[in-house]
Amino acid sequence: MSAELAEPASKIELPAHIGGGGEIPTFNITLRVRRYNPEISEEPVWEDHQLTMYGTDRVLDALHKIKWEIDGSLSFRRSCAHGVCGSDAMRINGRNRLACKTLLKDLDTSKPITVEPIKGLPVEKDLIVDMEPFFQSFREVMPFLINKGHEPTKERLQSVEDRERFDDTTKCILCAACTSSCPVFWTDGQYFGPAAIVNAHRFIFDSRDDAGDMRLEILNDKEGVWRCRTTFNCSEACPRGIQVTQAIAEVKQAILARKI
Amino acid sequence: MSTDIQNPRSGQNSSGKIGSGKIAPQYRRGTGSKGNFEMFAWLFMRLSGVVLVVLIFGHLFVNLLVGEGIHAIDFGFVAGKWADPFWQFWDLAMLWLAMLHGTNGVRTIINDYAEKDATRFWLKVVLYAASFVIIVLGTLVIFTFNPCPVVNGVQLPGGFCPAP
Repeated sequence: MSAELAEPASKIELPAHIGGGGEIPTFNITLRVRRYNPEISEEPVWEDHQLTMYGTDRVLDALHKIKWEIDGSLSFRRSCAHGVCGSDAMRINGRNRLACKTLLKDLDTSKPITVEPIKGLPVEKDLIVDMEPFFQSFREVMPFLINKGHEPTKERLQSVEDRERFDDTTKCILCAACTSSCPVFWTDGQYFGPAAIVNAHRFIFDSRDDAGDMRLEILNDKEGVWRCRTTFNCSEACPRGIQVTQAIAEVKQAILARKI
Repeated sequence: MSTDIQNPRSGQNSSGKIGSGKIAPQYRRGTGSKGNFEMFAWLFMRLSGVVLVVLIFGHLFVNLLVGEGIHAIDFGFVAGKWADPFWQFWDLAMLWLAMLHGTNGVRTIINDYAEKDATRFWLKVVLYAASFVIIVLGTLVIFTFNPCPVVNGVQLPGGFCPAP
């Protein structure tokens, strides 16, 4: 019934020399993706793709191009694609980053760009890892407000200074870039990991929360904060710029101050 | 009125709570280790490190720079130092702190890098045995050191001691 509607003509006439999206410079890249499919082989393999990408494209766009136009079997997580949901953390050129926040033009395009799943967690397929151990550690630090006092009729008030105290650690998007960049976590996966400690920090230093002692006790575990070797991998990996190592150090000091 | 909140530990979540049974077994943590050993170990590393900087640089300064410096070091020099309780205590503190600091450092490295439980256990046995022997032996030497040992009424050769 309905014929395909022609796109309405633009109200602004652009002269030909200004041009449109085609003006963005293009370049050729090689994307080297770590592929793993346990139904085919137990061994992961590197797969190269030659792509022509635009200067505004991110690594995620390159992955989309492969999945949508070349090989639909490529598997990776992504949701919002704007650096908020934390689904697409991966190891790009050996560093943990969000594929949706990494512009291709910022990488060395003369060499193949390597894309691997984040390390230290079991790979399920291609770039998808089992996040369950990561979230279990997150759950164990009780990342929710616990208040023993009476429920206020309105909101729980907090001074600007008190809010500022834990502002940095509220930025966490649980992408696992920090935990999966931590060499202590790589060894046996027993360490709580920076992300869990960051999220504990967010409540430990919240003046409205009453369960700080409980969280400190949990993180005083032999797999807790004391396994941190302050290598700063986590702070470097965090796509939100959280000073993760500093947050861990503050939790260590809080435990010490409480015990001694 | 207030509900008791228990933290969901990975070791005890067979009761069908969130995430139960989904975690790959190698990631499952045992029920929490009680005690503050790791905290004190961590604190000890920092404190002993600071003290060791003073002790070791003091040691190097006194042995290598003061007076004739490195040329003065011989058996007699050591004998002279250990005749003084101050240097006995200094060297004892240095021995104990350095050995415990080093042992704890290697312990954490073993914990971090040993992949099998059995490997981890045996490496630690070797480490603790070696540390124990060195600490005991070193302590004995500092306190029982005698520059002029006399065996069966005969003074052993040395040349540092006055003729009997």
